[in-house]
Amino acid sequence: MQAKTKEETVSMPCKSETRALALSGLRDAVPVGLGYLAVSFSLGIVCKNAGMNVWESALLSLLNNASAGEYAALTVIAARASLWEMALLTLIANARYLLMSCALSQRLRPDMPIYHRLIIGFDITDELFGLAINRPGMLEPPYYYGAMIMAMPMWALGTALGVLAGSVLPAALVSALSVALYAMFLAIIIPQARKDRVVRVLVPTCFALSLAFSRLPGLKTLSEGTRTIVLTIAVSAAAALLCPRKEARNA
Amino acid sequence: MPNMLLYILVAAGVTYAVRVLPLTLLRRPITSPFLQSFLYYVPYVTLSVMTFPAMVDATQSPIAGVAALAMGVFFAYRGASLPKVAALCCGTVLLLELVL
Repeated sequence: MQAKTKEETVSMPCKSETRALALSGLRDAVPVGLGYLAVSFSLGIVCKNAGMNVWESALLSLLNNASAGEYAALTVIAARASLWEMALLTLIANARYLLMSCALSQRLRPDMPIYHRLIIGFDITDELFGLAINRPGMLEPPYYYGAMIMAMPMWALGTALGVLAGSVLPAALVSALSVALYAMFLAIIIPQARKDRVVRVLVPTCFALSLAFSRLPGLKTLSEGTRTIVLTIAVSAAAALLCPRKEARNA
Repeated sequence: MPNMLLYILVAAGVTYAVRVLPLTLLRRPITSPFLQSFLYYVPYVTLSVMTFPAMVDATQSPIAGVAALAMGVFFAYRGASLPKVAALCCGTVLLLELVL
C-alpha cells in the first residue's frame, strides 16, 4: 500500500461529501443486505433448533454479525456447553476476521480517531471487507457506516424471520433451507481450493477427519465445538509447518 | 448451565475483540511466516470441519444431504456465486426429499 500525500490524508470531508459517501456506501451494500437476509434466515432456523427465541436470536445476530461464528456459537448453545468453550470456539471460528482486520488496518488513515476504529471494527464481515478493499485509497468512515446501516439490520431481521418461519414452515422446506448455511461455507472454501493447491488437499482431509471424529467410538464423545477447535488448530498448524505460505500478505 | 444472555454476550465480546484489536493496535503487518500461514489456513480448515458431516446430518434424508454437498462443491468449483450455490443446494434437498 502506497502512503498517501499528507494533504490527502488529513483533509476532512465537508458535510455534503460525507453524505454522498454514506449514500454510496448504502447503495453498494444493497446486494449484501439482500444476501444477508437469505443466509441469516437459515441461521434463524438453526437458532430455533438450538432452543433460542426470536429476541435472543436477533440479539445474537445484531451483536455478532458473523455466519460461521454464530453457527459455531449455536453448536455450543445447543449442547449447553461451558462459556469457556463458547469463548474458545468463537475465537477460532472468527479467526479470519483477525486477518481481515489486520489488512484493513493498513487502509485507515494513521491519524484516524480511535472512535472510528471502534465502530468500523464492529462490523468487519467478508462482504463489507470486500466493499472496503474495493475503494480506492484510504477508507472513508462515512462510506463504511453507510454500508453497515444497510447490512446490519438485514442480518438481524433475517435471523428473526428464520426463527419465526422455522415453526410454521413445513418440515421439508426447513430441511431444504437448513443446508443454505453449509452451501455458503462451500462457496467460500471451494473457490479457494481451486486456486490454492494446499487448500485443495486440506478440504477433503478436514471432511474425513471431521467425519471420523463424529462417528468413531471414543472420539465421538467430544462435543461438536471441541472437535472443531481441536481439528482447526491441529490441521492449520500442520499445514503452516509443512506448507508455509510464500506471499502470505494477500490472504 | 449458563443462561442464554451470557452465551450471547461472551460470543459477541470475543467476536468484537477479534475484529477490533488489530484495527486499533496494529500499526505494522505480522511478519512471522508460521503465524501468517496459520492465520491464512484457519478459516478454510474451520469451515471445512463445520461443513461435513454436519451438512449431511442437517437434512431429513442423508442421501439428500450428500447430493446437496456434491452439487455445492461442483457449482462452487465452477465459480457460481454464493446465492446461486445456496439456492442450488436447497433446491436439491427439496426435490430429493419429495421423491425419496
